[in-house]
Amino acid sequence: MFLINCPFCGERDQSEFSSGGEAHIVRPKQPTELSDDEWAEYLFMRKNIKGIQFERWNHVHGCRKWFNVVRDTSNDKILSVYKMGEKPPVNYK
Amino acid sequence: MPNYRIHKTEYIDETKRVSFKYDGKTYFGYEGDTLASALLANGIHLVGRSFKYHRPRGIISCGAEEPNAICQIGSKKDLTEPNVRATELELYEGLEASSQNCWPNVKFDIGGINNFISPLIPAGFYYKTFMWPKSFWKKVYEPLIRLSAGLGKSPTEPDPDIYDHKYVHYDVLVIGGGVSGIIAAKMAAKNNLKTLLVDDKKILGGSTIYQNNESIKIDDKLSSEWLKNEIQEIKKLSNLTIKTRTSIAAYHGYNFLLAKENLTDHLPEEKKKNKIRQRLWKIRAKKVVIATGSIERPLVFNNNDRPGILLSNSINKYLDYYGVTCGENIILFTNNDSAYETSISLHKKGIKNIIVDLRKSASSELIKQAESLGIKIYFNHVVTNTFGYRKINSLEIMKLSEDGNTTVGNKIRLSCDCLGMSGGWTPMVHMHTQSGGKLDFRDEDQVFLPKENSDDQISVGSCNGDFDLENIIDKTVNKINKFLDIDNQDYQETNIICSKENDKRNIWLLPNKIPLGKTKCFIDFQNDSTAKDIKLALKEGFRSIEHVKRYTTTGMATDQGKLSNMHALGIIADTAGVKMGTLGTTTFRPPFTPLTFGTLVGRNVGKFFEVVRKTSMHEWHVENNAEFENVGQWKRPWYYAKNGENMHDAVQRESKAARDSAGILDASTLGKIDIQGTDASEFLNRVYTNAWSKLAIGKCRYGLMLNEDGMVYDDGVTTRISENHYLMTTTTGGAANVLSKLEDYLQTEWPELDVYLTSVTDHYSTASICGPNSKKILNKLFPNLDLSDENFPHMSFKEDKLENINCRIMRISFTGELSYEINIESKYGNSLWKMCIEAGNEFNLTPYGTETMHLLRAEKGFIIVGQDTDGTMTPSDLQMDWIVSKKKYDFIGKRSLYRSDTIREDRKQLVGLLTDDPKEILEEGAQIVSDIKSKPIDMLGHVTSSYFSPNLNKSIALAVVRSGKTMKGQKLIIPMENKNINVTVSDTIFLDKENKRLNA
Repeated sequence: MFLINCPFCGERDQSEFSSGGEAHIVRPKQPTELSDDEWAEYLFMRKNIKGIQFERWNHVHGCRKWFNVVRDTSNDKILSVYKMGEKPPVNYK
Repeated sequence: MPNYRIHKTEYIDETKRVSFKYDGKTYFGYEGDTLASALLANGIHLVGRSFKYHRPRGIISCGAEEPNAICQIGSKKDLTEPNVRATELELYEGLEASSQNCWPNVKFDIGGINNFISPLIPAGFYYKTFMWPKSFWKKVYEPLIRLSAGLGKSPTEPDPDIYDHKYVHYDVLVIGGGVSGIIAAKMAAKNNLKTLLVDDKKILGGSTIYQNNESIKIDDKLSSEWLKNEIQEIKKLSNLTIKTRTSIAAYHGYNFLLAKENLTDHLPEEKKKNKIRQRLWKIRAKKVVIATGSIERPLVFNNNDRPGILLSNSINKYLDYYGVTCGENIILFTNNDSAYETSISLHKKGIKNIIVDLRKSASSELIKQAESLGIKIYFNHVVTNTFGYRKINSLEIMKLSEDGNTTVGNKIRLSCDCLGMSGGWTPMVHMHTQSGGKLDFRDEDQVFLPKENSDDQISVGSCNGDFDLENIIDKTVNKINKFLDIDNQDYQETNIICSKENDKRNIWLLPNKIPLGKTKCFIDFQNDSTAKDIKLALKEGFRSIEHVKRYTTTGMATDQGKLSNMHALGIIADTAGVKMGTLGTTTFRPPFTPLTFGTLVGRNVGKFFEVVRKTSMHEWHVENNAEFENVGQWKRPWYYAKNGENMHDAVQRESKAARDSAGILDASTLGKIDIQGTDASEFLNRVYTNAWSKLAIGKCRYGLMLNEDGMVYDDGVTTRISENHYLMTTTTGGAANVLSKLEDYLQTEWPELDVYLTSVTDHYSTASICGPNSKKILNKLFPNLDLSDENFPHMSFKEDKLENINCRIMRISFTGELSYEINIESKYGNSLWKMCIEAGNEFNLTPYGTETMHLLRAEKGFIIVGQDTDGTMTPSDLQMDWIVSKKKYDFIGKRSLYRSDTIREDRKQLVGLLTDDPKEILEEGAQIVSDIKSKPIDMLGHVTSSYFSPNLNKSIALAVVRSGKTMKGQKLIIPMENKNINVTVSDTIFLDKENKRLNA
């Protein structure tokens, strides 16, 4: 059971949050210009990394804010949290 | 009656005699006993039958590892509990326990025949035998297996006990209150760290608390006396909480642990009443010290499972802690020093005993002490067989060969009434591995040890492989100082005399002259798996320890192989000729010992099981005989059974009334989202398929919301209240998800939009009045409101007051009738409803429920998201292309509407179905085909909604059918169990295609 440091509320139990999958997948600005394959890439394709992963979380039973998390999926350690719109920390690339 | 209680101890209160029943017979014990110690005091070893062979089995241990002494407690239908370990259950007045897995009784058990046919039931017996003939499975094998499966009986009525949950936070959690745990807790607490110490036993002290050997001393005192002092000391520490009778069940990530505290299981029936039985502690600790100790290993030899064969250290505890001897003529069989402690204790109490030691020789102080007391020791000998059916009465020993692989010389037969085994110690690494820790293997004494890899978790004491007191104390102190970054000097001067040495002669499967196939060398006592089974599994090609485990069921019983897993691994390694450490272990899964369901669910039972949401009008519905339907968490009136009607009659009456005169529906549960901000219109443009910019203030519009994959997600009517203010309605079940999805887009994709979303579902109550007379009823309620079609047309919105309370009135329709929805602040909901009912009285205003609502909308071909759709339906599939804007550049899901798959013409599409026999009502979910002759039958789709329409006087249905759009007029077949129903594909709109009724 993770302890997640919501950037707006502080450390809270995982049960207050819901996971929103991989982060930094930007919705294409001009979907109509895309081929089926390119659209499918945006729509369906997600990484499944063993190691450092950037992911979205929602404090759904709290402030309802979405934010980003850097998590090492091999040991579940959360290495960093940052707000939507902020640049991902570079040291975890 | 025999009495094996031979001396007084401070842990047994002989002034408090306790009577209890075992297998229907009354016995006596004392306060402080466990059920096991009380049974042993009465000379009872035989407590159960083994699972597969029904062999007589006795108490083997004194703790959580017990595989045999598991009992059924109590006989009441609601309070009986199976699989309770007698070794852990504290005795109380009136306790009723019985043995399990035997019939007619434990002494004479019919299933014992399995023992004699055991060559016929080897490992994997089930997999091999029940494969053929195929037809036997359902009628013969399955009933047979079900009959013999399982141990004990489940309660058949709800559990009346109270359970509790509690969340706590600590700086340091110490698991285990033996020597190392007590030292760790003291060091942490004295350093101002808020500390919790938990132990599963009634008192702290582990196995040292009853230690009374003169040659094992701390600071010149008996180790038990020294420890008692320490316990007195820590009880004074203000920031140390001590929880006994509390065991850690699970160790999750981020130092989140679950502990079960037993509060009343040791109390007599009348004192249990109205008290919390067990409490689940949800613990967050910054640091965790694991001091869970170790358990003694049995030895694997022929017939090592007879009643009267125990672990050597357990014999010691029964003697020195409970004052009970397990026999009068005891043999101790060991491969290490610790059995000598037992031997000396027994000797001191005048119990005759001899030692059989696998080692060629040994020379620690402890052994010298035993020798000087004249205790007979057979070095370099092995037990090869035991005798006695219901209890051991003698055994055979032989000399070991030089390499330990075979036996040599003559058999020596020794009589005894009890045998103690000591195969050395297994560190309890469960907590460490549950937390994600890895293990190292130590070759010299063949143990798995925690590999330190974490800053917030550490193992100390014998669970870390430190078995003698000197090591335990020194290492614990050093490690805790480092782990907590403190400098505690309390134990610098502690002087420890241990007298034991660690050498050990480990042989996993002891040699025997008898071929293995003819022996019964048990590894897993509860699941009856033997060394032979393990070898057979390897012979048959199994290699992975996880596979061998499942094939032989070793370690899969309620004790989870606490005594057996290491031996299974050892024998696999020896047989396969590999080093044991390279095989890994099976996974140590939580819980450590079984938890009751009550503990897990806590207070969330009965009406607290789930949140129930009720509308303001709920009481009125109850008073008017509403049957309720659960929609998400909401309770919605399903139908109102008037004068004892059944559902069908009620729905027919309600549906007819709504179209003939007027009906009223509680629509409060529909999701309502208040949308405000200068970009609200643009936002709606992006989330709905149709256009919103031109919606005039005071007008309403129906919207369809898609997922990004183009599939219909939700629908509802949205009203423009003012320039930058909308009220969106969603489906009842979808409200929370829609809000969450909209927030997601707003916060992550379109943060530039000035839009604010607020859920107002609970803020407003809604009464929806429909039918040709609805306007007249509205006029009575709102006499000042101009209800003319010019002023207040379909799909528009007005505000007016009802006795000074603001109402929002929408003229929108989900039934196809002239219809108004009145919204009012929730606290006035019930009054609004009652006023509507009163005003409608003269027009036969009929309250209707969700079933009638579904029927009425189906007559009009309106979809219900989630009933006629299932997450694979596009707007086009629903024949709703009219609502998808061609002009808008983008909206959620737009691009997916022309993927190669979504433009396929043979997708399943929504159609209407009319049965050839208009009285025949289709079953929702029924499959639809066109040809039943060619096999396999081609499934074209299924029925999604089906009703008998009283207004059309015929059965109508909606269905999704492959290429359905092109099939109008075509005949199809619905094959049912007893008949085939013929249907014709129709339009989805069955009633009033011209929408005349909206303006009736």
